[in-house]
Amino acid sequence: MENIEDLKTKTLEDIAKAADVKTLDDIKVAVLGKKGAITEQMKGLALLSVDEKKVVGQKLNLVKGEIEQALDNRKEELAKRELDEKLKKETIDVTLPIRDENLGRVHPVSKIYEEVVAIFGEMGFDVADGPDIEDQFHNFNALNTPANHPARQMQDTFYIPNPESDNFDDSYVVRTQTSAVQIRTMEKKQPPIRIIAPGRTYRSDYDATHTPMFHQVEGLVVDKVTTFANLKGCLYDFVKAFFELDELPVRYRPSYFPFTEPSAEMDIGCKKSKTELKIGAGNDWLEILGCGMVHPNVLKACGIDPNEYQGFAFGMGLDRLAMLKYGIPDLRTFFESDVRWLKHYGFMPLDESSMTGGLSNNGGLTR
Amino acid sequence: MKFTLSWLKEHLDTDASVEKIAETLTKIGLEVEEVINPFENMDGFVTAKVEDVENHPDSDHLHVLKVNDGKQILQVVCGAPNVKKGMIGILAHVGAYIPLFGEKIKVGKIRGVESCGMMCAEDEIGVGTDHQGIIELPQNAQIGLSLAEVYKADPVFDISITPNRAECLGVRGVARDLAAAGLGKLKPLNIVRPNSSFASPIKVTVEDSKACPVYTGRYIRGVNNKAETPKWMKDRLTAIGLRSISPLVDITNYINYDMARPLHVFDADKLKGNICVRMAKDGEEFVSLEEKKYILDNQSLGVCDDEGIQCLGGIMGGSSKGCSTDTVNVFLESALFNPVCIARTGRKFQIDSDSRYRYERWVDPNSNVLGSDYATSLILQICGGEASEIEIAGEENYKPVTTYIRPERLKTFIGIEVGAAKIVEILQRLGFETKEEGDKIWATAPTWRGDIEGEHDLIEEVVRMIGLDNIPAESMPKNYFPKQTLTAEQRRMVTVKHELASRGLLETVTWSFTDSKLAKDFRKGREPILLCNPITAEMDEMRPSVLINLLQGLKGNIARGYSNVCLFECGPEFWGRKPGEQRAVAAGIRSGYTGKKHWLKEERQFDVFDVKADAMAVIAAANGPFDSAKISTDAPEYYHPGRSGVLRLGANIIAYFGEIHPSILKKFGIKQKVCAFEVFLDNIPLPRNTQDKAKKKLELYSFQPVDKDMAFIVDKTIRADDVVAAAKNADRNYIASVRVFDVYEGENLPDDKKSLALTITFQPKEATFGEQDIENLMAKVEQALKAKCNAILRDA
Repeated sequence: MENIEDLKTKTLEDIAKAADVKTLDDIKVAVLGKKGAITEQMKGLALLSVDEKKVVGQKLNLVKGEIEQALDNRKEELAKRELDEKLKKETIDVTLPIRDENLGRVHPVSKIYEEVVAIFGEMGFDVADGPDIEDQFHNFNALNTPANHPARQMQDTFYIPNPESDNFDDSYVVRTQTSAVQIRTMEKKQPPIRIIAPGRTYRSDYDATHTPMFHQVEGLVVDKVTTFANLKGCLYDFVKAFFELDELPVRYRPSYFPFTEPSAEMDIGCKKSKTELKIGAGNDWLEILGCGMVHPNVLKACGIDPNEYQGFAFGMGLDRLAMLKYGIPDLRTFFESDVRWLKHYGFMPLDESSMTGGLSNNGGLTR
Repeated sequence: MKFTLSWLKEHLDTDASVEKIAETLTKIGLEVEEVINPFENMDGFVTAKVEDVENHPDSDHLHVLKVNDGKQILQVVCGAPNVKKGMIGILAHVGAYIPLFGEKIKVGKIRGVESCGMMCAEDEIGVGTDHQGIIELPQNAQIGLSLAEVYKADPVFDISITPNRAECLGVRGVARDLAAAGLGKLKPLNIVRPNSSFASPIKVTVEDSKACPVYTGRYIRGVNNKAETPKWMKDRLTAIGLRSISPLVDITNYINYDMARPLHVFDADKLKGNICVRMAKDGEEFVSLEEKKYILDNQSLGVCDDEGIQCLGGIMGGSSKGCSTDTVNVFLESALFNPVCIARTGRKFQIDSDSRYRYERWVDPNSNVLGSDYATSLILQICGGEASEIEIAGEENYKPVTTYIRPERLKTFIGIEVGAAKIVEILQRLGFETKEEGDKIWATAPTWRGDIEGEHDLIEEVVRMIGLDNIPAESMPKNYFPKQTLTAEQRRMVTVKHELASRGLLETVTWSFTDSKLAKDFRKGREPILLCNPITAEMDEMRPSVLINLLQGLKGNIARGYSNVCLFECGPEFWGRKPGEQRAVAAGIRSGYTGKKHWLKEERQFDVFDVKADAMAVIAAANGPFDSAKISTDAPEYYHPGRSGVLRLGANIIAYFGEIHPSILKKFGIKQKVCAFEVFLDNIPLPRNTQDKAKKKLELYSFQPVDKDMAFIVDKTIRADDVVAAAKNADRNYIASVRVFDVYEGENLPDDKKSLALTITFQPKEATFGEQDIENLMAKVEQALKAKCNAILRDA
């Protein structure tokens, strides 16, 4: 019988030297297999006396255990090394670019729509819609602007002929103001009314600061108690929320619109320099909207008694709000479909606006 | 509306500064656009002393001067005859801008002698009209002073007047408003009736007293229209941008701006017979003083003599009877015309004039005689002559509106308390006559105010004078829990936009107008909706499809070097010209490659299935049943006939998708394939019961689904969706889904056949499927497809 200690020493050396799993498997067979050295010796135990059997058997079991452990350890070691080598070979350059993801953008006008809706929604306003092509009654007459009223000249109107009438006053117009939606709302609904009406508006004017189509949002409140002081409060709350400023100086100037009286224009404070316009406290004023108490003739035109009901209306440009808040310099570029512009000034698809979650993200991930 | 400070002070006694006046004007609703100090921006001019004068070596009239501006001695060549040693004048430095020449002073050589500036004449810098010689200031004038320090500038105010404030189109109206706002005292008018020694040889009659309630005329004989307009008048007119023409014209212009009172002067010797104010006959001609011929209609008012219409009443004079410098006898018109009549005629014939502008807003109906007296006095004073008695047709007896204001109403309407005494004070300062009676203050409007109708107007006057900034701001009373703001339609529009943006398309906004030449192919058989007055030929039609503008947007981007473009727009398309004949569309285009060359990804162009996916995603985002939509291949003719589809729910078309027809692209000048979709949001049904938010019960099975692939040979004409439907219907219980994963045509198949490979997912529900269960199900599919689609199973 081979000396067990020698066998153990030699086998452990072989295991340590083994360079791969196969060599280990061979060692295992040679030592622990059916005809392996240890197995043979185990078989030989039967020939020994009871006492010897006990001593030698214990010894053999110990050695067997040690060898098995060494085999497992070495095997794990080799497996790890093999995996390491495999992974090393799999190395790639992670600085290479990602696949194109083509994330789109939401147009600034849509974004401002959502912001304005979020703010006025908080104040209990609904959103009303109306048609882009209007009759002159809704766009002018019901708004206390009869034919030949000088205020009609303040707006260069697009007309669409009415094939059913030769009278020019029957021709349709492409609405010059979202104010037409005021009338459509009051025709359908009795007060109390609180609506805003955002939408496309059209005037025949095309230069650095005017485009033949632009966007307005109209506001209308009619009930029994709303005062000019509420008008001021409502709009002050709006501009502060919209520009996301805690303090914003405002002033009101008396003005004229046929469908409101008293009428006013609202200015917000700003700081103007040659290169920059900053909204907030500063040395200058910026006109932002027109407003006033609903004219009694307008209420009457909609069948609402002006002695019982009162309220206010306002209108402002959505595109202009976008320009001021997000520093977009040129109105004309809003409508040019230039992908460079849309990517730059557009908003991320998930950048949604709410009063609870915030109106704007200020940029977000750019891809 | 422009006026100068000195002009304002003609009517207003005030010490207020220019800044204070400007601030107050804006506060009371006369918004200041600009206050121009004519000398403020004139740099480079100083008072300077001529230290030495020498004759120019090469000229008999030029001199070479040594000029001292207090800092240095400069050499200046000067041709003025009045130059002399020791005189003090105005030196323009190199770089100074000379308004008269429209250019800057440069260093130059005049006949070989260097000149570093210019000694100025009055007209060259706009301080006067003299051009005889250079300015000579008093001997004690300091040298080195700027222009603004030497000449007292008369600042020019430019204010915008809203249409309801016609009386402020005259300086006196502005002065009255300022006085009412507490900025000084309105000076009394000092106009006296001129002496008259004879009756006017020209009589006046009015045929239509509605269009012309009052017409006055006065004959003035022996005037000298060659006389010089006085400097003060000329200066004021020049300052507000009017050219001085002749004293007669200047006087009428001046009174127009001073009192908002239009006037007209005829050369009396050119008039034939008497004056008659009447409606024109249809087709009657009128030639304006701008030598433009108009063919009038019977609603236009003419001021006529025996030879026809000589003045379009209240709008513009005619060419043949106007005044010239040779005019000796004149006939002065001061009249009242109906604003609606003036506005209609002015609008119809597109004639703008200062006179029309005032008449169609409001001219004090009781100012005809006063205006005539004022003008006559000025004419006599400046041009001499003798005035006749005034001829009047009609009666100057306009009765202004009397209405009331209740302090209590003001409080509940505006939200601020104003005492009755304060209200009365404000109204009286504005020219109203007031009377208190119970809770009402009755007020009679002054005749110059045409905008006063009722209580709301008086309330406006009071808050205007109190100042809008003095009204408190009170937030809207609000519910603690706001309700949903957007309607279901509005909300889904927002969702659709975000969906499309997240799918990689850029949202754009384009005109609702489009180019009728390009729109022709997109009208789907309907009439074009053309504008009467398009701003350009490219924007003359209300768009019948959003795609037209998106294709133009694409073209612009390609021209800028960006050819991989995905754009969408949510907005209206128009199918009729009546209000409401429009529908909301979400439309998009994809063109070019899905990305730039990339090391991991094969390059490919956008195709029909990208836009089909977009259309279906929009329908899904709009909560539409996108998987039950039926597809047909009858898209409009602007799509590729073989590569386009229509999605329908019942009879309603909800979307088109496909490649744009190549012949359309050719018309747009686009040379690359374009895929497009249009989803008609209004045709997608809204969820029926908005109260019930509960979703359908989720059915989950604890057994794994099994995927099996099967390939079938079918006729090429068989539609893939029919095959899929037939397979699904083979067993509605256990077949969870069917998906086409390959299409093959070509080798090994007859020409009219194609192979469709399907992945069929079987869902066991009660127990795991055995081999036999699956074989049975697959056999069912095979039989169903054979029966429905004449399909033959390919051997695996």
